[in-house]
Amino acid sequence: MNAYSTTALKAKASAADSPSVDAQAVSHATLRLPNDRWKALEIVFWLLPVASYFFFPDYLVLISQIMIVGLFAMSLDLILGYAGIVSLGHAAFFGLGAYTAGLLSVHGWGEPLSGLLAAAIVAAVAGFIVSFLVIRGQDLARLMVTLGIGLMLFEAANKAAFITGGVDGLSGMVMQPLFGAFEFDLVGKTAFWYSFGVLFILFVVMRRVVNSPFGLSLRGIREGGRRMPAIGANVDRRLVAIFTLGAAVAGIAGALLAQTTQFVGLDVLGFPRSAELLIMLVLGGTGRLYGALVGAAVFMIAQDKISGFDPTYWQFYIGLLLVLIVLFARGGILGGLEKIVARIKRKETA
Amino acid sequence: MTMTLRTEGLCKQWGGFKANTDISLSFQPGARHALIGPNGAGKTTFINLLTGGFPPSSGKVFLGGEDITRLAQHERVKRGMTRTFQINTLFAGMTVLESVMLAICERRGLQKVWWKTVANHADVVEEAMALLATLKLTNEANSITRSMAYGKQRLVEIALALATRPGILLLDEPAAGIPSLESKELFEVIAGLPRDVTVLFIEHDMGLVFRFADRITVLVGGKVLTEGTPEEIAADPRVKEVYLGEAEHA
Amino acid sequence: MIGNFIGVLFDGIAYGALLFLISVGLSVTMGMMNFINLAHGAFAMVGGYVCVTLLSKLGLPFLATLPLAFVAAAVAGLVLERTLYRRLYKATHLDQVLFSIGLTFMAVAGATFLFGPTQQPVHLPDWLRGQVHVLGLDLGSYRLFLIGVVVLITFGLYLLIERTRFGAQIRASVDNQTAAEGLGINVSRVFSLTFALGSGLAGLGGGLGIDVLGLDPSFPVKYMVYFLLVVAVGGAGSIKGPLIAAIILGVFDVAGKYYVPQVGAFVIYTLMVVLLILFPFGLVRRKA
Repeated sequence: MNAYSTTALKAKASAADSPSVDAQAVSHATLRLPNDRWKALEIVFWLLPVASYFFFPDYLVLISQIMIVGLFAMSLDLILGYAGIVSLGHAAFFGLGAYTAGLLSVHGWGEPLSGLLAAAIVAAVAGFIVSFLVIRGQDLARLMVTLGIGLMLFEAANKAAFITGGVDGLSGMVMQPLFGAFEFDLVGKTAFWYSFGVLFILFVVMRRVVNSPFGLSLRGIREGGRRMPAIGANVDRRLVAIFTLGAAVAGIAGALLAQTTQFVGLDVLGFPRSAELLIMLVLGGTGRLYGALVGAAVFMIAQDKISGFDPTYWQFYIGLLLVLIVLFARGGILGGLEKIVARIKRKETA
Repeated sequence: MTMTLRTEGLCKQWGGFKANTDISLSFQPGARHALIGPNGAGKTTFINLLTGGFPPSSGKVFLGGEDITRLAQHERVKRGMTRTFQINTLFAGMTVLESVMLAICERRGLQKVWWKTVANHADVVEEAMALLATLKLTNEANSITRSMAYGKQRLVEIALALATRPGILLLDEPAAGIPSLESKELFEVIAGLPRDVTVLFIEHDMGLVFRFADRITVLVGGKVLTEGTPEEIAADPRVKEVYLGEAEHA
Repeated sequence: MIGNFIGVLFDGIAYGALLFLISVGLSVTMGMMNFINLAHGAFAMVGGYVCVTLLSKLGLPFLATLPLAFVAAAVAGLVLERTLYRRLYKATHLDQVLFSIGLTFMAVAGATFLFGPTQQPVHLPDWLRGQVHVLGLDLGSYRLFLIGVVVLITFGLYLLIERTRFGAQIRASVDNQTAAEGLGINVSRVFSLTFALGSGLAGLGGGLGIDVLGLDPSFPVKYMVYFLLVVAVGGAGSIKGPLIAAIILGVFDVAGKYYVPQVGAFVIYTLMVVLLILFPFGLVRRKA
């Protein structure tokens, strides 16, 4: 193996070099690689929720919900945007997490953080099991499996009304104060900072994962699934890992929703929730993590404003929006912004 | 790392069509071995059988004495056998540097690492840049693969294989689609690989074959017609007939 | 007991036959274009609403509305294929899924707007109501009629695919698009016509199925799983596969709801997941 050593390669390279290419001159600083440097825009982005706490004190509940759904959307981005698995049943893990936290609380265990942990574990185990079904077969079979799992779980929760409360939902949740000190108040202040904290911490973790060699290999699966085995990658194992992680985060998001609203409705498992999530993610732009957050925010704010109108119109325009996005604005909001920025940059250098 | 590669009675059949029939070949460590034959002779099928793209209908493949016939593709790469594809099979949306680093990380077992960013692996970056330099791709390090010219993409195709540091390298028409000047340069790089690496390549350009191969196997209609040194093959009347006959019917 | 079992079997076969009729178009177009179309149920819905409108507004006899349902759905399919669908043949499956979900939403909203959210009643002609005494059993006339129609159409499809030139072109395009083009087949025209045919059959199925499946604006969403299921389990691109799959699923769904009603739809979803694990590429795998 010594013949392959880097120094030997370098020696060969400099021997073969023509004067115009100088390997040493290309410093590592100019190389574009996934890194962990926080851009100014990102810091501004994360100050927005903090600012909104002070500027929109009447909307704390809505903003908390946006953050929770944003977390949920990010978990789907890991699976869909980075690994490229089309899943129509991601709500299954969200719902599992919600019911786990809900049932724990209803039966006497109201400590929030341990509830989150329990939800994560349950959802992760479910995700792990389902992932083995998902790695078999092609896109259509995968789609059907994820859809089927979601529907199965919904039916199960519906029929097991004696546990889940069925159509009426699970109520009677009592939450202990966060860290033993912060009560979950009606205005939603504790819920707000709780949601923000969990979202931010998990975001930092996911950001690291996505920019790591593991994240790079996920993109490799998405960009060149055929080549991955040919460079020695065990694709199946990778997909199992990311699907499990995505399920766990979705479970945490579900638990957050349950704990902050102290209620779990059957809709957390339904197909509409999976479909809406997909729409939010695509609206914001897949494969960017921030796209999930932006999409969730835009969608939910719009829904809040327009909900007064006839739901039929809402459904029609969402459908139309989807068709238009697919035909004309593939990268979603962030993709569109990136294109505009690139065009401006080109004009500047021209 | 010297490795032996051997097949025993390898056959592949789809319905009534016999793509490979009873191929028993043995490749010397360090050989520069060319696989030639008319279109449709089953050369790419053979490569697919060697690398595990699909299972054979019958027969066995031995790598370093181990029976790898049932082994998954990625396992064979880990054992030192890598291939390139006839049609560029790349990571379209990733940059050249990212693609090569991905391959290197896989080889080094770094794919489990989720707590450290790619940019922080300075040694991997160095290795990747050195490899790019040997293929004169340094200036393309930041280029997105899909936006590159075909010829450059072909170099990336080779780079990905080299990044796995194979003991046995299988090249499926490496020069396909690139002009002859660049293909000669490409073959210089291949010829410059460490002497203990076995290279098996499919090629149609006879000039390149006779220049770089020290052993040639001729495949016709899924079967081995003959094998020998370049001189022997050039002198073999059956080989001439296969190619001349092809030219007449063309 | 046996009588009940035969009855369940019969109902299941009728139900499966209906599912097959609606899904066969989806199978062929999915196999041909590799396009995941979640909106296929919308074409069935179009057929259903056309039937209902013609029945109640124009007073046409039921049997006459069926061919018109076919035509309406086929035209809708043709128009949408030429304008929108064909732009996405090379797109990723995700894009196709999103696009077809979008179309579905629009169709559902449109139907709600035009016809209201409630179930549409359908008045079957007298000779189709009631039961027929066959071999010592009382079988529903309408379901018998259904099975008869689907058998006829399946036979017609078989003749079309195996015996006509157009059928050969379809088979070639499913098998290997590039080679078919190389042979001089106008593949894009084959696509359009096949899509129209498939949509038309779905519309026919929608009209026929009002009595069995019901008709309301949520039809495409409610039954989307079933159609995709039939194709995924049966194997996209074939006709035999979805036929077998549809019958199996129809029988199991009816049997499940009859024998274990407390579990209901759970049976069918579990069966689907099991079948997909065992046959990830479908029961009848498409060649090449």
